[in-house]
Amino acid sequence: MTIRYSKDHEYIRVDGDVGTIGITDYAQNALGDVVFVELPSVGKTLAKGGEAAVVESVKAASEVFSPVSGTVVEVNSELEATPATVNEDPAGKGWFMKVKLSTPAELDDLLDEAAYQDFLKTL
Amino acid sequence: MRYLPLTDVERGDMLTKVGAVHIDALFADIPNDLLLKAPLDLPRRKTELEVERALTKLSNRNIPASTSSFFVGCGAYKHHIPATVDHLIQRSEFLTAYTPYQPEISQGTLQSLFEFQTQVAALTAMDVANASMYDGSTGTAEAVLMAHRITKRRKAILSGGLHPQYGDVVRTVSHMAGDAVVSMPADVHADEDIIAKIDDATSCVVVQTPDVFGNLRDLSKIADAAHAKGALLIAVFTEVISLGLIKPPGEMGADIAVGEGQSIGNALSFGGPYVGLFATRAKYVRQMPGRLCGETVDADGRRGFVLTLSTREQHIRRDKATSNICTNSGLCCLAFTIHMTLLGQTGLRRLAKLNHAHAVALAEMVRDIPGVELVNKTYFNEFTLRVKGNAATVIEKMAARDVLGGVPFSRLAPQSGYDDLIIVANTEVNSDEDRMAFVSALKGSL
Repeated sequence: MTIRYSKDHEYIRVDGDVGTIGITDYAQNALGDVVFVELPSVGKTLAKGGEAAVVESVKAASEVFSPVSGTVVEVNSELEATPATVNEDPAGKGWFMKVKLSTPAELDDLLDEAAYQDFLKTL
Repeated sequence: MRYLPLTDVERGDMLTKVGAVHIDALFADIPNDLLLKAPLDLPRRKTELEVERALTKLSNRNIPASTSSFFVGCGAYKHHIPATVDHLIQRSEFLTAYTPYQPEISQGTLQSLFEFQTQVAALTAMDVANASMYDGSTGTAEAVLMAHRITKRRKAILSGGLHPQYGDVVRTVSHMAGDAVVSMPADVHADEDIIAKIDDATSCVVVQTPDVFGNLRDLSKIADAAHAKGALLIAVFTEVISLGLIKPPGEMGADIAVGEGQSIGNALSFGGPYVGLFATRAKYVRQMPGRLCGETVDADGRRGFVLTLSTREQHIRRDKATSNICTNSGLCCLAFTIHMTLLGQTGLRRLAKLNHAHAVALAEMVRDIPGVELVNKTYFNEFTLRVKGNAATVIEKMAARDVLGGVPFSRLAPQSGYDDLIIVANTEVNSDEDRMAFVSALKGSL
C-alpha cells in the first residue's frame, strides 16, 4: 500500500494495480464546505493530469485531475447524497474513485508523504 | 437630444489607438457576404421635427392590437394585464438592473424571484424552476443543450408541431455546437409517429402542447418511449395560460418543461422582451441553466433568500459553466408573478376556461363558412383554419377590414408548402363583436 500526492492536491492510495483517488485535507480545507461532487462513469479511461471529476463547494467549483493514467473501476456514489464526507474524512470515506493503473511507473512522478508536506510549507 | 458626430481626424486617432488601419478591420469577424455593400438608403440629414413627423407617419400605418379585432397568437398573445402590474413594476426598487448577488440588500428582488420559481414549478408540475430565461425559444434551445449534458448524447428530435421559429433557434444553437437535430415535417393533424424516430443515440425529444397549430398532445406515451431509450422528453408551451386547464407537462412524464410566459403580465411589445419559463426534475437541477434563487435562514434563524447553486454559473466556472446564460428576464418575471398572484389558482383556471370558451364560440361560427375548414380535433384557445386560396392574401384582406385574423403558417415556415393555413388565437379580450367582425371579414376575404 503506497500513497502518493500531486501538486494539485490529489492523493492516490495504491493497492496492487488499483489506486484510490481523492483530494487531500489541505484541498478540502481550501475549498470550504463541499456541496456537490461530479464523478466519472465506471469504465472511463483517464489520462494522467486529465480532468477526472468536479468538486463544488459553496464558493467555488474545481476540477479534480487524475494523478495517473488508467480506467475507472469504481466510484464513491455515497458522495452524491453526502458530499460533506469529503470535508469530514477526505483521506478515508471521502474518496472519489478507484482506477486501474495502466502505467504504474507514473507514480514515480508524484510526491510521497514527506515531499507533499514539504510542498505544503511552500504555499 | 444632442448628436455630436465624429470628425475624420477623431476617427483616425481612435483607429490608430486600437491599431486598426481602417474601420473595416473592426468588422473582420463578420462574414463578408453579410456586410452591407452600400450605406442604408436614408436621407443625409433631417431636423428633429422632420424625423419625428416621418416616424409618426410610419407608426400610424400600424394596426394597433388595442383597437382592432385581434386574433394573432403563435407564441405572442394579447391578454388583459391588470393596471396594478404596470404600476408595481415601475417602482424603482424593482426597476433597477442590479443583479441580486448581495442578498443583504436584495431581499425584495430575491423573494419575488423565489415566488416566481414556485409559481412556474407549480404550473408545470415540476420540482424546480429557474429565475427565467430570455424567452420561450431560447429556453427551448437551452433545454436541448441541457439534455445533451445529462444524457451525454448529442441528437435532438423536434416534433413537427413545434413552433417553427423555436425550431430555428434550436437549430442555430445546435449548428454552432456541432450537435445533430432531426426536424420532423410540419404536423397539422398531430398524427406524426415521433416515437419511431427515437433511437439509442437520441438525447431528447422536443414536443409542444398545445402545438403550433393549437392541437393538444398527450405526452405520456412519448415520455415512456423516450425514457425506454435513455432519452429525455422536453415539453414546450407557447401559451402558458393553457396550463390553467390542461394536464401539465410534469404529470405527463416530461423531464424539462420550457415555454413562453408572456401571456401572464406581459404586453405584446412588438415581440419582446418576453419571459422564458424553465422547469425540471430535482435530480437534474445542477445541469439546469440560468439563475436559481433559494430559501434559507440567516445566522439568527430568520427566513431569507439567496442565489444558490451559483457554482454552475459562468462567473465561477468560466468555460465549464452549465450555460452561458446567467441572467434572467427580471422585470418581465416580476410582472408575471404579480399577475399570477392577482389571479391565484382559481382565477387562472377561470381565465383559461374563458379563453377556451371564446375559441369554441369562434370555431362554431366559422364552421359553416364555405371554403373554410377547422383542422383541429382538439384545441385550447388557438386553432388552425384551412382556407380556400392563399392564407397570407386572406389575412391581408381581413386586415384591410380592421381585423387581424391570425398568422398564416407560411409566414412561420415558408418552406413547409402549407400556404392555405391560418392559425387563429382567441383570448379573453375578444368580444362577441370581435368574433362577428372576424366572420364577416373572413367571408369577405375568401
